[in-house]
Amino acid sequence: MISSIKIPAAPELTYLLRLADTCLILGQRLGEWCGHAPILEEDIALSNMALDLIGQSRALLTLAGQHSGKCGGEGYDEDQLAFLRDEIDYRNVTLAELPRGDFAFTVLRNLMLSTWLKLMWERLRDSSDAELAAIAGKALKEARYHQQHAADWAVRLGDGTDESRRRSEAALATLWLYTPELFEDDAVDAAATAAGLGPAWSQLHEPWLAEMDEVLGEAKLAVPPAPTFRSTGKRGLHSEHMGYLLAEMQYLQRAYPGGAW
Amino acid sequence: MYTQAMDTMRDEGGDKPALRTAEEAQLQQRFDNRIDAGDFIEAKDWMPENYRKTLLRQISQHAHSEIVGMLPEGNWITRAPTLKRKAILLAKVQDEGGHGLYLYAAAETLGSSRDQMLDALHTGKAKYSSIFNYPTLTWADVGAIGWLVDGAAIMNQVPICRCSFAPYARAMVRICREESFHQRQGFDSLLVMMKQGTDAQRAMVQEAVNRWWWPCLMMFGPPDDQSPNSAQGMRWGIKRVSNDTLRQKFVDAAVQQAEVLGVTFPDPDLRWNEANQHWDYGTIDWSEFWRVVGGDGPCNRERLADRVKAWEDGEWVREAALAHARKSELKEAA
Repeated sequence: MISSIKIPAAPELTYLLRLADTCLILGQRLGEWCGHAPILEEDIALSNMALDLIGQSRALLTLAGQHSGKCGGEGYDEDQLAFLRDEIDYRNVTLAELPRGDFAFTVLRNLMLSTWLKLMWERLRDSSDAELAAIAGKALKEARYHQQHAADWAVRLGDGTDESRRRSEAALATLWLYTPELFEDDAVDAAATAAGLGPAWSQLHEPWLAEMDEVLGEAKLAVPPAPTFRSTGKRGLHSEHMGYLLAEMQYLQRAYPGGAW
Repeated sequence: MYTQAMDTMRDEGGDKPALRTAEEAQLQQRFDNRIDAGDFIEAKDWMPENYRKTLLRQISQHAHSEIVGMLPEGNWITRAPTLKRKAILLAKVQDEGGHGLYLYAAAETLGSSRDQMLDALHTGKAKYSSIFNYPTLTWADVGAIGWLVDGAAIMNQVPICRCSFAPYARAMVRICREESFHQRQGFDSLLVMMKQGTDAQRAMVQEAVNRWWWPCLMMFGPPDDQSPNSAQGMRWGIKRVSNDTLRQKFVDAAVQQAEVLGVTFPDPDLRWNEANQHWDYGTIDWSEFWRVVGGDGPCNRERLADRVKAWEDGEWVREAALAHARKSELKEAA
């Protein structure tokens, strides 16, 4: 069994890991659809989006691993960061780790997170970190496709049959509870903004709501009320689902110490 | 992936010349001449009914094999050991889905809808390659499938690129390119574990190879002398090379690759034959092959149940998409 690595508590590193882990964990969840989607075209589309997200997370984790070396910790590669961190050191938003649910749940979560990621990548193109800006430039194109795909399906499901509408409303009500986490600032945002690394997450709230409003309006789905519940995945305190996800994802690296893959 | 349709289907009586009119006889003659001349047949061309039926069965079974084949490998996507391997595996399984799409489209040109073909799969009327009824128990199975199963598939599929039915041949050209890539990736994954990995990893690879070797030899179908439909397939230019010839070619290539990897095959009779310049191999357990084809392999029930579940769970999604499309049409018409 390989023991876990420890990450320095540097805010800029945490800022990168929040984004990297959100991409990775959403990619992991979307990968679960492979072979099980409602139609073959969607099987391919969901796998393709998973692939994009894994690619984005690889680039970000590589960058984060270099940052870790620079800010007093050890330097790590993408796989050490993905497979050898404990749950509490994972910084993805809780929304990304929720079980994949039915197709409506997956579509609406993709809509929320791809819209959020699109807005994030747009801003990160101006990052003071040239590497991050380059990653954002490539990822932005992918996020636009993901958002378009999710929006098209959200409208079909919201304005489809009674059943698809009922399922969409149920999914939306659950998912919406986890959205405040996407827009609340803390010391990590303050440090990232000060360094010109990227935007404070709160800056995304207004444009995100406007875009969600437009799609949900077309889908004839009501925007749920603002929740009082607060999820805390980005601070390392996850839902109970996260442990199982990591146990599955990390088991080979943990069980074969010194292995080469 | 490969379909063994030609060898496991019922005998439909070949192309018995049960022709009624002089015109049909002429069409049949023209068709035969084109086949003999090595011409390709297009979807809109006249073709004998049994040629159409045989191809429809083979192509749809090939498509089903791609789709069912996503399951054993997809089983490891969430557990892939590195992010690079996860990306490679996702891309590979996605490619299989793409192959399924082209093949269903090629089969549709012969007059069957995708829904009809899927219904035949889900009700057990249509077969798929029985190799996918074996389980993927360790990560090394993913590499072994790439190396051996895709390797066997390529041996089978390259000749189909010259199949007399042009839409199938065209689909196969692209599919073969992607399969070759998959095979190299599978081999590379095993090579890394064997050359740079630990003893535990090497043992995992050998154990996987032991399980996949014999089922892979079965992928080429029954021996030539027990393959009654092959002759008709050859006559029509659907099948170009016999089962045993392809199997031998596969064994000869795999033995050399196994030496590079440093793994052995579980066959005490495997030895070089100086006289015919090929590798001799032991007796294949055809009773196992027919048992798995007949539905009693290790995973037949799970594979079919998974496909049926995905289809049934997705019914409300497909209905919603249709309902929304109807609403949009009405709105545009108004």
